[in-house]
Amino acid sequence: MSIDNLYRELILDHYKSPRHHGRLDPADAEAEGQNPLCGDELLVTLRFGADGETIEEIAFEGHGCAISQASASMLSEEVVGRKAAEVAAIDKDDTPLPAMMIESGTPLTPIRLKCALLGLGVLKVALHKSVGTPLPGEWAGIDEVEFE
Amino acid sequence: MAVKQNVKLDARRIRADFPIFEQLEEGKPLAFLDSAVSAHKPRQVLAALEDFYEHSYGNVGRGVYALAERANAAYEQAREKAREFVNARSPREIVFTRNTTEGLNLVAYAWGLDNLGPGDIVLASELEHHSNFVPWQEVARRTGAEFRVVPVTGEGELELDELERLAGGGRLKIVAITAVSNSLGTIVPVEKLIAFAHEQGAIAVIDAAQAVPQRKVDVQALDCDFLAFSGHKMCGPSGVGVLYGRSELLEQMGPFLTGGGMIRRVSVEKTTWAELPHKFEAGTPPVAEAVALGAAIDYLEGIGLDAIAAHEHELTAYALERLSELPGVTLYGPPLERRSGIVSFNLAGIHPHDVAQILDAEGVCVRAGHHCNQPLMHKLGVAATSRASFYLYSLPEEIDRLVVGIERAQKVFA
Repeated sequence: MSIDNLYRELILDHYKSPRHHGRLDPADAEAEGQNPLCGDELLVTLRFGADGETIEEIAFEGHGCAISQASASMLSEEVVGRKAAEVAAIDKDDTPLPAMMIESGTPLTPIRLKCALLGLGVLKVALHKSVGTPLPGEWAGIDEVEFE
Repeated sequence: MAVKQNVKLDARRIRADFPIFEQLEEGKPLAFLDSAVSAHKPRQVLAALEDFYEHSYGNVGRGVYALAERANAAYEQAREKAREFVNARSPREIVFTRNTTEGLNLVAYAWGLDNLGPGDIVLASELEHHSNFVPWQEVARRTGAEFRVVPVTGEGELELDELERLAGGGRLKIVAITAVSNSLGTIVPVEKLIAFAHEQGAIAVIDAAQAVPQRKVDVQALDCDFLAFSGHKMCGPSGVGVLYGRSELLEQMGPFLTGGGMIRRVSVEKTTWAELPHKFEAGTPPVAEAVALGAAIDYLEGIGLDAIAAHEHELTAYALERLSELPGVTLYGPPLERRSGIVSFNLAGIHPHDVAQILDAEGVCVRAGHHCNQPLMHKLGVAATSRASFYLYSLPEEIDRLVVGIERAQKVFA
């Protein structure tokens, strides 16, 4: 599947109609992040279930390239109903959009991969800040950016 | 700077000198519209590099045998070519660096640290590439000087009316300005800024990375104190750049990097520096790269910088014309008369990275992002733009393919 077709079908769908779009208020967890290379921005808010660790609700808000926003939308669908520890351990290659691209034989280039992984990074930071799940070193600085 | 229209270069013939254009990208011929980031290399430059390595290579300044002498002579000949290229008075004023960024850092640290203090003003602009912004910001922070910027208008031109106020009543020590904006193509009236700096008793440092490749630059006519540019943007190899510095200033300055090659005498008690320009060339320099840069200078001068500037002007006019016909396209930057071969634009509702991605599928190379101009992007109210840039080997049909690509992107995202 060429990047062209992929854009047309899946990414555009999620980009134009992002799932779980918006901001939860009040929220149990919150983080924001920016991809300095192209200015993609995402803010994620979460609410946990009664057990304090199952993600009951999630919302993504932001602007940026289609890959960053669509990837966050796809990721949000994946994590609802899952436990924080499990989500915090999601590997980059298992994030929906990158995984799909690898499967299709045209993996995302390093620059576009950064766009695709922004949502995962911000989500992991939110979980780390709220319930203390481990955070890989590379995501450490990600929530320091102002969201305009 | 007036552009002579009577000398016309043959871009098609020139393009044949560049092996990289023989390749297909995505099954299509390369429509390369990103020379502002780096230029491609003609056979003549590649041959000079290979020839040097095969026949005359050696480290410089250190050997007695004939081969070493040949290497040294080639390196110094390249320096003389660079001197002549920008019309510096003497080869003592030409320092080979790694790139423009290194040259600017050299001035910031070797001049700035010793000459700046609390109360002084360091002046850059909102147009600056990070390499002519951050070093000054950083050295101001370290010395307690104040960092200020000349604001830019919505059209990408400097607000020169603000200069008097920014100079803070005699406290100005450095003015660091780009000659051509790498995002917007703005041709900055640097002569005015240099004159103002000198009136104020300040030095003027010019980032000429986007200017030197495509228009004649004369450091004596400009009367600038320092001027930096990169080899790779002017058909030279990566890894070599030039810093021009007024010899009176370079003499007074302490070195930047220290070590072998830039000393006269070293002892436990005391070390003395080599004379200009070697005082600023520590360690093994980019020897072969400098020689190849000399070949690039020969190549460009063989075509003529005026012809190159005229060709770019024509292409820019065509690009602006075609792009402004398209719906949903926002163009940034000054009018054609004050602009060189760089065009930044945005498509309504489509992020620049997505634009560049779709264009890539069409074999069209543009750059998308903040172009190392975050302060400028912030001023323009955008996170990023797409940028097309032209050079001596660019053709009008590449612009036509850009337009087709844009229309396709608009269809995909409709």
